[in-house]
Amino acid sequence: MSLDLARFHKTFFEESFENLETMEQALLRLDVAAFDAEVINTIFRAAHSIKGGAATFGFSAVASFTHHAETLLDQMRSGARALAQDDIELLLRAGDTMRGLLTAARDGGDADVNQVAEVQAALERALSGKPAAAPVAATKPAAAAPSGWRIGFAPKPDLFRSGNDPLRILRALGQLGTLQSTALLPDELVLRAAEPETSYLTWNLTLDGEARLEAVRDCFAWVEDECELSFEPNVAAAVAVAVEIPEPATPAPVVASRSASIAKSDVPVAARGAKPANDGASIRVGTEKIDALINLVGELVITQAMLTQLASGLDPVHNEKLLSGLGQLDRNTRMLQEAVMATRMLPMEAVFSRFPRLVRDLAGKLGKQVRLVTVGEQTELDKSVIEKIIDPLNHLVRNSLDHGLEKTEDRIAAGKEATGTILLKAAHQGGHIVIEVGDDGRGLNRQKILAKAQEKGVACNESMSDAEVYQLIFAPGFSTADQVTDVSGRGVGMDVVKKNIQALGGTVELSSTPGKGAAVLIRLPLTLAILDGMSVGVGDDIFILPLSSVVESLQPQPDQVKRVAQAGTVVRVRNEYLPLVDLREWFALPGALRPPQEAIVVIVESEGRKVAMQIDELVGQQQVVIKSLEANYRRVRGVSGATILGDGRVSLILDVAAVVRLFSHVAAA
Amino acid sequence: MSISANDTQPVNAQIAAGMPNEFLTFTLGAEEYGVDILKVQEIRGYDTVTRIPEAPDFIKGVINLRGTIVPVVDMRLKFKLGKADYNEFTVMIILNIARRVVGMVVDGVSDVMQLTSEQIRPAPEFGGAVNTKFITGIGALDQRMLILVDIERLMSGADMALMDAASQSLQ
Repeated sequence: MSLDLARFHKTFFEESFENLETMEQALLRLDVAAFDAEVINTIFRAAHSIKGGAATFGFSAVASFTHHAETLLDQMRSGARALAQDDIELLLRAGDTMRGLLTAARDGGDADVNQVAEVQAALERALSGKPAAAPVAATKPAAAAPSGWRIGFAPKPDLFRSGNDPLRILRALGQLGTLQSTALLPDELVLRAAEPETSYLTWNLTLDGEARLEAVRDCFAWVEDECELSFEPNVAAAVAVAVEIPEPATPAPVVASRSASIAKSDVPVAARGAKPANDGASIRVGTEKIDALINLVGELVITQAMLTQLASGLDPVHNEKLLSGLGQLDRNTRMLQEAVMATRMLPMEAVFSRFPRLVRDLAGKLGKQVRLVTVGEQTELDKSVIEKIIDPLNHLVRNSLDHGLEKTEDRIAAGKEATGTILLKAAHQGGHIVIEVGDDGRGLNRQKILAKAQEKGVACNESMSDAEVYQLIFAPGFSTADQVTDVSGRGVGMDVVKKNIQALGGTVELSSTPGKGAAVLIRLPLTLAILDGMSVGVGDDIFILPLSSVVESLQPQPDQVKRVAQAGTVVRVRNEYLPLVDLREWFALPGALRPPQEAIVVIVESEGRKVAMQIDELVGQQQVVIKSLEANYRRVRGVSGATILGDGRVSLILDVAAVVRLFSHVAAA
Repeated sequence: MSISANDTQPVNAQIAAGMPNEFLTFTLGAEEYGVDILKVQEIRGYDTVTRIPEAPDFIKGVINLRGTIVPVVDMRLKFKLGKADYNEFTVMIILNIARRVVGMVVDGVSDVMQLTSEQIRPAPEFGGAVNTKFITGIGALDQRMLILVDIERLMSGADMALMDAASQSLQ
């Protein structure tokens, strides 16, 4: 029977990457001062699963590398090795290498051979340095594993009858180290007379590696009564290793005193840090299936809206039952839509969880003391938004670390706590999610930004408000770092951040208190698929305005409308002069142009700037499913997408941000 | 999957040579055109279209094709054959081109024809309504003359303004 293992590969890789993440998070939780057997067990199990899977599917590079990390972990787990910061660092690097190897195995590329060799050598060095922890080991002689075992294994003839298979035992042994096996045939064996269900072979096995005697014995646990076994430490190998012992590692007395409790905790326990949500039963479903479901529900919503529209012309007295049925359909459709959308929602934890590592690495590189505080990890956000928000957040956190937080000595000089704080916060606000990246560093420097903007040729002047000055940071090619570092400061960051967030329909705001810190507020829609819209009519055409950007609508009085030479028309609303855009004129729609006082203007806002949009009528408010115009057509200026109305017609969704940018510019010029 | 019948041999050879052999024919004014049938997704009646701002006049707008937004091109306007009147015979051919869906409005759809390579003549150099670079050949069938159009090339051309400049070349 040949099993096509390839079809399990995808699952293996998915699970392995998940395991790597678990491993990394647990490693970061690990505290050298407070030994926590559960955390180490979590890490060990993750590494073990990866190794086992890799060996099963024949990714030997992954399996053999992971084996070294696992051995180190096993020593920590058994208490034979003291917890040391260096080992944690090393294991984090090993995790990175494993990720590289797995990626290479998945994509068929080549892993970074040098890195693999380097980390593997470091692991081996760490492992061979282990006998130096002798004071601990001496109290537990069994735990002090020599670097190999010679095993004699002579199963009784009826071994197979009890359902045991020596081959499986040998494989299990092979997982503990490099196994060399010599099988011995009894001299008197006549092959022709041999019974297939009888075991005739005996083995001489040599196992190289750091396996403990218990671990080796465990492999034989099922057959102990049915074979003759002998174990001998592999002396030659042990001596060879002892020669290259580097500096002795400091033994931790804590470990010895706790070793008893560790031995018991071998039973699998749920990772301590896991949230209750992760404990529930779950099914792994392909995103394309969920997307198909969401599309179908979108269609259902459109059909339902169509029915409601048709029914609105019916006599409510004669069609009472039909109408109440439709009302129920409306509710159920909405609930179904919400439930389906919820399947795409992921907690922000998925994003936040990658930052402890980043902050730790960067803080080390920059020589700063940094504490990362995350708030609102359980806030849920659409998966597609989550995927796209990672890069911008990455940039912002790097910026905060590099530019925002001062060096430790500067902080002390400024009378602040030596350890800087980076805050990552997520919260729901209306139909939006607000993500804050804050620091308690030096804050933004108005003068420095202005000077830099002038130097870079970005339009600015002294009379700008603070908010306007801060927005300059988002101009292309702007960077205030005096030195370009590999952390940040290439000046490509902030404008890309802003662009990416705007592409998601979000906005970015900056706030800062000099000397106290700065914060970036990102406001994003919860989902990219549905929009609360206001439908407006111009002649026969209906357009959708995102409700979030609509401020108010009014019918202007003649004295409110002013023509400005060469800059078009402006409308005065409560002492604010807003540029007026006639949609009919701009989109060249049929019908005669009307004076503004005979029409309706809708005031829309984006990025703190407002524009008045002239339309014929307000049609109503509705949730619309956003469809891409670019899938089959191209980008249209001022249009962000399209939707399908209740009657099956297509309606364009206006890109308010683009309109405001276009026209407030015209007005300012 | 294998087609083993001998009689499909010449057709297979034609396919192997990259030449389409079955054409959907449609009329525009007095002329008959043919497009590779494999590019055609479906044929449907003319719907109301939603105008798109800043589009060339031959792009009528977009329609809702079972939930997908599909642009519609008026071939009469594109080929400068005069203004089309829309009536109950006006049809839309929905094409599948370069992984995109595009609709084109034509006067009428005639039939599906199989042409052998002998029946396809090279395109003459003439100053017709259609730029000759989009004409792959002339199909001669009894008294009829079919203008065979490389619809994929025509629709993905820059002057059709159907796709972003970015998807053709980088900015």
